[in-house]
Amino acid sequence: MPNEKQTTLARIRAGQSGIVVQVQGGHGLVNRLGALGIIPGKRITKISSMLMRGPVTVEVDRTRVAIGFGMASKILVQLDDEPTK
Amino acid sequence: MKILLMGNPNVGKSVLFSRLTGVRVIVSNYPGTTVSYTRGLMKLGDETAEVIDVPGTYTLEPTCEAEEVALQMLHTGDVVINVVNATNLERNLYLTLQLLEKGVPVIVALNMWDDTKHQGIDINLDKLRELLGVPVIPTVAVTGQGIKELVENIPKATSPRLPLRRRDECWAAIGSIINQVQHVTHRHHTWRERLSDASVKPLSGGIIALAVLAVSFIVIRFVAEGLIGYVFEPLFNNLWAPVLMRLSDLLQGGGFLHDIVIGRLVNGEVNFVQSFGLLSSGLYVPFAMVLPYVTSFYLVLGLLEDVGYLPRLAVLMDTIMHRLGLHGYAIIPTLLGLGCNVPAILATRILESKRERFIAATLISIAVPCAALQAMIFGLVGERGAQYIAIVYGTLFVVWIILGTILRYAVRGFTPELLVEIPPYRLPLWRAMLQKLWMRVYGFLVEAIPVILGAVLVINILYFFGVFEAIANFTAPVVTNFLGLPKEAVTAIVIGFLRKDVALGMLAPLALSAKQLVVGSVVLAMFFPCIATFVVLLRELGVVNMLKSAGIMISAALITGGILNLVL
Repeated sequence: MPNEKQTTLARIRAGQSGIVVQVQGGHGLVNRLGALGIIPGKRITKISSMLMRGPVTVEVDRTRVAIGFGMASKILVQLDDEPTK
Repeated sequence: MKILLMGNPNVGKSVLFSRLTGVRVIVSNYPGTTVSYTRGLMKLGDETAEVIDVPGTYTLEPTCEAEEVALQMLHTGDVVINVVNATNLERNLYLTLQLLEKGVPVIVALNMWDDTKHQGIDINLDKLRELLGVPVIPTVAVTGQGIKELVENIPKATSPRLPLRRRDECWAAIGSIINQVQHVTHRHHTWRERLSDASVKPLSGGIIALAVLAVSFIVIRFVAEGLIGYVFEPLFNNLWAPVLMRLSDLLQGGGFLHDIVIGRLVNGEVNFVQSFGLLSSGLYVPFAMVLPYVTSFYLVLGLLEDVGYLPRLAVLMDTIMHRLGLHGYAIIPTLLGLGCNVPAILATRILESKRERFIAATLISIAVPCAALQAMIFGLVGERGAQYIAIVYGTLFVVWIILGTILRYAVRGFTPELLVEIPPYRLPLWRAMLQKLWMRVYGFLVEAIPVILGAVLVINILYFFGVFEAIANFTAPVVTNFLGLPKEAVTAIVIGFLRKDVALGMLAPLALSAKQLVVGSVVLAMFFPCIATFVVLLRELGVVNMLKSAGIMISAALITGGILNLVL
């Protein structure tokens, strides 16, 4: 049931990580994010997000990138399995 | 021969450039400063080669203006030095592979090589050379390590002419290279990384931002006041004043020439603020009142840039800036504007849409006072009490917010979202920082001094022939009734077009009340940009938008001045 754990980068909590599944956007967006290393298959960790739909900061490939909330909502992520609490 | 330095933003390209050429260049941490490229010369064997610092780019499929420039420049080069961040090989190799497809000889500088060790990254250089098919030289641009070897190997640069690949094929190839050459061992998060993360979280980030801004402000004032109190005031009062007094005697203490060169004596003495002659106020205002603030402001700004703090401020400010129709990155030109509006408006180029550039440039010209004007506000308004300075700044801030909100709805177009790399905190290279500070201060002196002296000269001549009195009488109804200022203040407002610091200085001899001084300062700050800013605005916005922007400035200044006059 992998799809149950799929969500967008905008929705996950700070500190959670997962694998990028898909960038749901046009050629331009895919290209811009791709250049920064955000491509399907990449491991991505959310560092923080600003209040009120502010930008999301993530770590990918050992670098940090700040992404606007709208773009972050278009990045589909497969969350890691977390131990049940 | 033409050598191109190409690489992602924030890989130390500019530092490497200054190592290779020894030429003064701007080196800083945020993407955008290198959009206008830098060139220099270097010795290569017996011949002299031209080196070009190409704007930072992630890909050769351009996604922004800077990358388009980079792609265009690629076709003009004979050799490419591809600067790669060794601690982030995977992403950097994307550009490398694209370069290797192009048929231009490439040599790779694996920069920040020293950082790989403390980050637990092990890179097999021989294997990487074999897989890429070009020379790969580890370098540390900041210390100069590996630079000699890099230069020696430039003639060995080659092009393997890799076949053209699709994007996913390219990433697959990179994955395979990484698997073969890179081995990462576990590492601990360093304190710098913890601090880095804390500065982009809402609560801790906000606290850090406030602390950074407060400390910056204190340091700027401390350094500037120190320079004024211990260096420039003693110099002028003890050394320059006696010289001027002797000159005044030679000119018989009055007359046309005396008024222009020395100005009017106050109680038989030269008064550097009020005399308003070429050699009195004309030198004192730029050197003793403005230069210290300009210097200390750029010192602090340069430090913030090179440490890499500014992109974090952009992330924190993004939500607020969107309410003004801008995105977080617009905070950088805005901060620059607190130094001088001219580089600030040039820096609005880092914003992507026309709409953003218009809003940012207009807001900067209206509500962001430059260091020269601020120095005069502190000097003149501050005499009457700190609360009046607070009123001036508070008013400008409220204007910034309200006008920004209006423009957000009034100006058509869209504001793209923030997408920016957050570089790690870095210890700045002092040499590069001081070079940059010198360039900026020198730029101020070269631009400002002739205009200030010219302005003082023109004012004195026009004054002598009574031109200002005519203008003052003509505009008196608006100025006196609406703004509550004496009609002589019109002269200052007109002069504000040449230099705002000089203009505010002209209010000094008018014996204004504190309230009038506040209204005068605010109106001067908002009314119209100084001539240098005006020229840049015209170039960046075009005639039509410049006229719109100017219309907004004049109406906003009159409305705000009128309101202040009513409520204070």
